Amino acid sequence: MASAFSQAALFEAEAEKASARRHRLLSLPALIIIGIFGVLPLLIIVIYSFLAAAPYGGVQWQFSTDAYLNFLFQRDIFDDTLQFTPDFLIIYLRSFVFAVVTTVICLLLGFPTAYFMATRPPAQRNWWVLLITIPFWSNLLVRTLAIMFIIRDEGLINNALMALGVIEKPITMLYTNFAIQLGLLYSFLPFMVLPLYSSLEKLDFRLVEAAYDLYATRRQVLWRVIIPLSLPGIIAGCLLVFIPALGAYVTPLILGGGIHLMIGDLIAQQFGSGRNWPLGCAQALILMAAVLVALYFYVRNTSGKMRHG
Amino acid sequence: MADPRSADIKDQPGFRSIAIICLCVLYAPILILMIFSLNTGSLVTRWEGIGLGWYGSALLNQEFHNAAKNTLIISVTATIISTIAATLAAIGMTRVKPWRGLSAAFMVINLPLMVPEIITAVATLSFFALIAGTLGLNFGIGNLILAHTVFCIPFAYMPIRARLEDMDLTLEAAAADLYATPWHAFRRITLPLLVPGILSGGALAFIVSFDDFTITQLVAGPGQTTLPLYIWNQIRRPMTPEINAISTILLLVSILFVSISFLIARRRAK
Repeated sequence: MASAFSQAALFEAEAEKASARRHRLLSLPALIIIGIFGVLPLLIIVIYSFLAAAPYGGVQWQFSTDAYLNFLFQRDIFDDTLQFTPDFLIIYLRSFVFAVVTTVICLLLGFPTAYFMATRPPAQRNWWVLLITIPFWSNLLVRTLAIMFIIRDEGLINNALMALGVIEKPITMLYTNFAIQLGLLYSFLPFMVLPLYSSLEKLDFRLVEAAYDLYATRRQVLWRVIIPLSLPGIIAGCLLVFIPALGAYVTPLILGGGIHLMIGDLIAQQFGSGRNWPLGCAQALILMAAVLVALYFYVRNTSGKMRHG
Repeated sequence: MADPRSADIKDQPGFRSIAIICLCVLYAPILILMIFSLNTGSLVTRWEGIGLGWYGSALLNQEFHNAAKNTLIISVTATIISTIAATLAAIGMTRVKPWRGLSAAFMVINLPLMVPEIITAVATLSFFALIAGTLGLNFGIGNLILAHTVFCIPFAYMPIRARLEDMDLTLEAAAADLYATPWHAFRRITLPLLVPGILSGGALAFIVSFDDFTITQLVAGPGQTTLPLYIWNQIRRPMTPEINAISTILLLVSILFVSISFLIARRRAK
């Protein structure tokens, strides 16, 4: 009797295990799709970056480290020596500076905005979140185009200034570094505000009250209580701005006009007019390495925070 | 000096102005673009009068029709496939005993969000070039559908997973106590409760596919122009306010779907 009972329990446990296994299988379709069409292509560009370029685009199946050498050096056509050419490196550094400036300004504007949103009454809060969410999801190309219309030579700003007689000739703003910087700020500001908001929304204001009770000034409360408590949100927001800004493609394409390049255009060029796929793959992987470094610092920081409680 | 406690303790000086400035900065360019789409003149930035003429000429344009058709084929198919895959994955990965490889699976699902778009774009281009070259496989517009499905999955996945995590487990347990088979319990209890998450995720997947430019531009073959690519082609010609009209249509589609997704997701909170 007792053994029959335990056997039934055993069966049940087996059945449960089998059902748990079936349960897991449900995630297979998504994993297979991303595995084949998302992960495999990344492995392919790793291989491509070690091949030789075919003359009309594509690759030749021949091992070569030229792509990585070409990143920093150019082979002299006469004596076949390698010469240090920092052109690509400069574009990477420029992109890095653009991304850092974008992140800092977005944080300076985004933090007060997110804090203000988080301190509204709940009904108002929802509207604010929707208002920030709409540009977050709106077409980046169209939003960049909107900036272009405003800062063009015949754009709204120049037309208005000339009509007012402030200037006689239009100020050139389009296709400058300023245009790219403005476009990046405009594109990625919502990416900073939303993660900051979701972190500030959970802020325990009793701590703020306690700080005031202990005679802290407003400034002290901000720097010593609110900002440290919202640090995870600040880090997440900075990452969400920094990574896409570093790899931006649409913004420099439209507002830089092909004159002022960022990493994104540089990579795309190798697959278009440059006809050097291995070089493009190597450049993409160098960008990926930079992103992984940023993600590594993020993971290390956040897991460190959790350990401290 | 005023006592800080005399006002609301939550207030910080100047934050309200910055918030309002941010909102204006975010909306002014879009609104200006929309207003100029109603311009009757033929110059993009000189105002002549109000009218819907450019919408008419945009909608009658054959190239626009083709681009709209391609966009809809790609984004509707990619949305359906990715939403189904994301729903199944969310069920398989949430509220289960942690299985070996779960965190790796989670990373794979979220991978498209972490890799910069331009890298995904050139990687996908290389991949399709390789299988066309070695296996002779070319799925035509299917290439774009597959590429879009990959980056749509994590966007569809997030709201569905959030909904599953919030769900009341006792209802399913009650169904099981009343002798419902697991399939029945899923079909009659879990799935109906999951519908808002699925709709919200589906709406997000649709927007990201509908709006995609970078990956589409690099992967698209000849004749596979989508609406964002059509706009890009227009920018390089002498511009007319028709481009504002088409841009406005795209913005309105985004706004519609974001609002739908947002409102569905909000209902949960009540």
